[in-house]
Amino acid sequence: MPAPAIQMTGIDKRFGAVHANKAVSLTVEKGTVHGLIGENGAGKSTLMSILYGFYAADSGTIAINGKPSLIRNPADAIHSGIGMVHQHFMLVETFTVVENVMLGAEGGVFTAKGAAAVRAKLQALSYAYGMDVNPDAVVSELAVGELQRVEILKALVKGADILILDEPTAVLTPSEVEKLFVLLRRLAGEGKTIIIVTHKLKEIITVTDRVSVMRRGEMVGTVETSNTSPADLAELMVGRRVVLTVEKGPANPQAVVLDVKDLTVRDARGTIRLDHATFQVRAGEIVGIAGVSGNGQSELLETIAGIRKPAGGTVSLNGALLDCGGSDDPTALRAKGLRHVPEDRHRMGLVKPFEAAESAILGCSDEPGFGAGPFLDRDAVLADCVRKMEAFDVRPADPTLRTALFSGGNQQKIVLAREIERDPKLLLIGQPTRGVDIGAIEFIHKRIIGLRDAGKAVLLVSTELDEVLALSDRVLVMCGGKITGERRPEDTNEQDMGLLMAGVSSDAPKVAA
Amino acid sequence: MSARTAPVWLTAGVVPLVNVAVAFLAAGLVVALIGENPVEALQIMLRGALGSQYGLGYTLYYTTSFIFTGLAVAVAFHAGHFNIGGEGQALMGGLGAALVALSLPFLPWPLLLPLCVLGAAAAGAAWVFIPAYLQACRGSHIVITTIMFNFLAATLLVYLLVGPMKMAGSMAPETAKFVPGATLPLMNQMAAWFGLTITRTPLNLSFIFAILAAIFVWVLIWRTRLGYAIRTVGANPDAAVYAGISPARITVIALLISGGLAGLMATNEILGVQGRLINEFTAGAGFVGIAVALMGRGHPFGIVLAALLFGVLYQGGAELAFDKPKITREMIIVIQGFVILFAGALEMMFADRIAALYARLTGKLVAV
Ligand SMILES: Nc1ncnc2c1ncn2[C@@H]1O[C@H](COP(=O)(O)OP(=O)(O)OP(=O)(O)O)[C@@H](O)[C@H]1O
Ligand SMILES: [Mg+2]
Repeated sequence: MPAPAIQMTGIDKRFGAVHANKAVSLTVEKGTVHGLIGENGAGKSTLMSILYGFYAADSGTIAINGKPSLIRNPADAIHSGIGMVHQHFMLVETFTVVENVMLGAEGGVFTAKGAAAVRAKLQALSYAYGMDVNPDAVVSELAVGELQRVEILKALVKGADILILDEPTAVLTPSEVEKLFVLLRRLAGEGKTIIIVTHKLKEIITVTDRVSVMRRGEMVGTVETSNTSPADLAELMVGRRVVLTVEKGPANPQAVVLDVKDLTVRDARGTIRLDHATFQVRAGEIVGIAGVSGNGQSELLETIAGIRKPAGGTVSLNGALLDCGGSDDPTALRAKGLRHVPEDRHRMGLVKPFEAAESAILGCSDEPGFGAGPFLDRDAVLADCVRKMEAFDVRPADPTLRTALFSGGNQQKIVLAREIERDPKLLLIGQPTRGVDIGAIEFIHKRIIGLRDAGKAVLLVSTELDEVLALSDRVLVMCGGKITGERRPEDTNEQDMGLLMAGVSSDAPKVAA
Repeated sequence: MSARTAPVWLTAGVVPLVNVAVAFLAAGLVVALIGENPVEALQIMLRGALGSQYGLGYTLYYTTSFIFTGLAVAVAFHAGHFNIGGEGQALMGGLGAALVALSLPFLPWPLLLPLCVLGAAAAGAAWVFIPAYLQACRGSHIVITTIMFNFLAATLLVYLLVGPMKMAGSMAPETAKFVPGATLPLMNQMAAWFGLTITRTPLNLSFIFAILAAIFVWVLIWRTRLGYAIRTVGANPDAAVYAGISPARITVIALLISGGLAGLMATNEILGVQGRLINEFTAGAGFVGIAVALMGRGHPFGIVLAALLFGVLYQGGAELAFDKPKITREMIIVIQGFVILFAGALEMMFADRIAALYARLTGKLVAV
């Protein structure tokens, strides 16, 4: 048997008081897909960052293909044939796709030759794996799903032998995930080694050969995928049995809270992003919006939240017409009981250099509870954050820790806590569980349903089809900026949804609102 | 890497001190190269700057100006903007103070003096308004526009001082003397009120203003809602928009405060020392403010320390040049250059190592 592709032994890493990795050992065989799972803050990203040379371990050794390797920085890692697709994108926003992929492979003084080579490789890879990315698109204008694809392509173009994917599927649609998995299996078949970090147990079962489970900084076990089940894995991860299905009673819709009519939105260049969207959300119901990311959902949420100005159509809240993006800016709308969990927590939902407590008052910093007159009372802000951290089990529960240093899932909990705890009349919520562990998903889903049962209106956008179907009372499907259909979750299936998401309209009768 | 916010004494105290030590080492090398004893030179400098009431008075007098201009740069910086125009805003601050002092000489001093101080701040703020507006609403880069406005301010002042505002019959480009009620008392005068005798130096009441301004900036940035909005806009404008904070509005407000602080620099030189408006009175303090703000890491406490350091360099350097003919004024500028290089431009060079050392000593992880 050949030497394992990766052998990490006794890896220990502390961040001050946080013991992120406790003598962790991990062995990954060559040519396999290896899953790494664990709760938020379990130390998965830290372990992978050590493997990729972002952090130096306090102690422990790494051997690549049987050779002891000193990986001090990402350049060493790339040299050892390790490629990484990060949980948080590492792309230059103002560069095009080709320019981003070229980074580190510019090929001499003039970039034309390098660019041509990269473009050719990109096109070959995109073609081979069915990844549809325009090489000349500017990164800042791509949707989250597209960014993900660029990240994956970037690592592949560099010819990595070992590919680390930190939550690569968090933003992909089911069919995209399927494509990715076909790609991963194909790469493994060619002798490449893949580590995939994810919170989705279904995916682990589908794609991996082996799974390692981490809990609170420790490696609690590695199992053959064929010998395990999602429920077993969940128990290993959390240390208790977790309810993997959403339990909810029938909805009891009341008066219309949100009424959107013919809403049309154009982007800065005048392209139509949202095309005559018309729908309603009633008190006491969850309306889900399904669709591949980048099909107008972001624009829809941002317009209703007052961040964008529509080009046409109307939005009313509780019967009163809104002037979204005009006099009804996010502040005015918050005062009217509208709360918004943005899809991308890093771009909008948080301020990474701020202390957690400061991020936890984003958009609420003018509330009288946080100080007298123009002043902010730091103690009040900290106390409020501690309360929210307890309510949402944020770890570590330290309001003075910088936002950027929380694990992805815990950052998401901070945003959710901030918006949900304010008792909204209408909650707009984008990608509520992106990068969140199963224990926390269970918790977040319960809170969203609890909100509905308390008579609040919820508009949910998620590219996670399972999530939309499990939570929503009605599902709208978007494609190319248009609403292509409406279904009740119990009257539809993945195939039907897939068709609607691809823009193939069907003749199935519309469900009355 | 990094973690929670480090204690202020570490970020704004130890780190800059290490940087300064390295800067002095490098400067000492140069001094040795031209055949002087660096240890002796350092002694002369420190003694000249801190060793006597006279030296200390001058040192703090320079420090006062640098605190104002350093704070000005820092406030803009927290909003994500680089206000290079401290020099021009300070000049206009002088103009504002002078206009009040010369047009309302009949007012009693308890009214006139505060108005003169306000005039300085208002004129400094007004001078940054156009660049601020252009940045906020038209996206014209504030660095470019404020540099241009520095030239405009200098030119405008020369025009006024050789023309409309020139004292009748004088050959110098300066206004008439202000009435006494429009000038700030010198520190030795104030000491005399309490029966203390100290050496007469240009150090004046505006030093106290500068310290108050530093406290004001600290409260503003870290303890008010406006400061929170300013930092949000500076750190993540998208998040600010999401939160309902208008980046354009906050940009203008932050820059107005910045310009006002720069304008207050004139209280030291014009209201405190000259008692009349003169040409080129800022003497580069606006630019030193950039180095001071960088070195103080945008924190008022660090800015006061950094301003003090530059005060020492200015005063001690003058003494050194006087004592050692081989060490010219230009040499002093070289030394100042080293400090700016190590403490400003290369400020992060030792930060990680210091943070690691601190972590090892205390078991706490910090970001410096
Ligand atoms: N640079 C850092 N400084 C301080 N603490 C850190 C740093 N990076 C991570 N941590 C802490 O280490 C722990 C492990 O974090 P890590 O990001 O590895 O978790 P994770 O398993 O990837 O979680 P998630 O599933 O939420 O992404 C967390 O408590 C986190 O707050
Ligand atoms: Mg992670």
